[in-house]
Amino acid sequence: MTPAFTPVASFGGGLLIGLGAVLLMLGLGRIFGATGILSAMVFAENRAELGWRLALIAGMILAPGLIYAVTGRMPTLTVPIGPGMIVVGGVIVGFGASLGSGCTSGHGVCGLSRLSVRSMVAVPTFMATAAITVFLVRHVFGG
Amino acid sequence: MKHLFALLTGIVFGAGIALSGMMDPAKVLAFFDIAGHWDPSLAFVMGGAVIVTFIGYRLVWRRGTPLFGGRFLLPQGTAIDARLVGGSALFGIGWGIAGFCPGAAIPALGTGRWEVALFLAAVIGGFQLRRLIAPARG
Repeated sequence: MTPAFTPVASFGGGLLIGLGAVLLMLGLGRIFGATGILSAMVFAENRAELGWRLALIAGMILAPGLIYAVTGRMPTLTVPIGPGMIVVGGVIVGFGASLGSGCTSGHGVCGLSRLSVRSMVAVPTFMATAAITVFLVRHVFGG
Repeated sequence: MKHLFALLTGIVFGAGIALSGMMDPAKVLAFFDIAGHWDPSLAFVMGGAVIVTFIGYRLVWRRGTPLFGGRFLLPQGTAIDARLVGGSALFGIGWGIAGFCPGAAIPALGTGRWEVALFLAAVIGGFQLRRLIAPARG
């Protein structure tokens, strides 16, 4: 199973992701960090800020359906792992991203663009551990 | 208006995630599988996103204030500490196991796949675990 190489679609999608990050800064003056926004929404950390966080997350969830409405094709995804790995991975992602104050969107897109030194440390760190993990899971322990 | 703006912003971001391939765990894991059938597509996602954000942020900041009042709220921390490095390292391990990251899984929820809901529930469990084990200081 080898996903196709999609440089144009991926670059175009990246431009839209960046536009989303810029729009949130323009409108609300906020970093587009999925971990922070999701966590603050779930734990209702600031009631006055809950409304826009709910609206933002709702928009994100609506996106694939709107793509389907426009193009007639639902974006597809393949999950090559079982429920156990999903849960283990999810808990570690949630714990780690929360502890490290950000994930791909917050540190990766917004932090690097702000030239944040913390993000310049965070991004190579999580890229490296992700690559090492995939190597171990696929080529050492599994396959 | 503020909430409508946030909704549209979420749609733009989510559409970008969906079109880029970021929300497909098979593609994410193939990006990290340098020793296997390596698919470098996701490097183009980060490239496109950072180019737009780098330029766009600087244009937006010239305004002085955001459209909907208040001020630009940027993270002020500068500490390179164990929380940052350890947390980021753990995040990468989880990302390498599951193939989903939070910003990609939220739009992926819109495809209606149960695996995505399970992943996000586990992520929220991870948030809660962090709040219990390592509460934020200050």
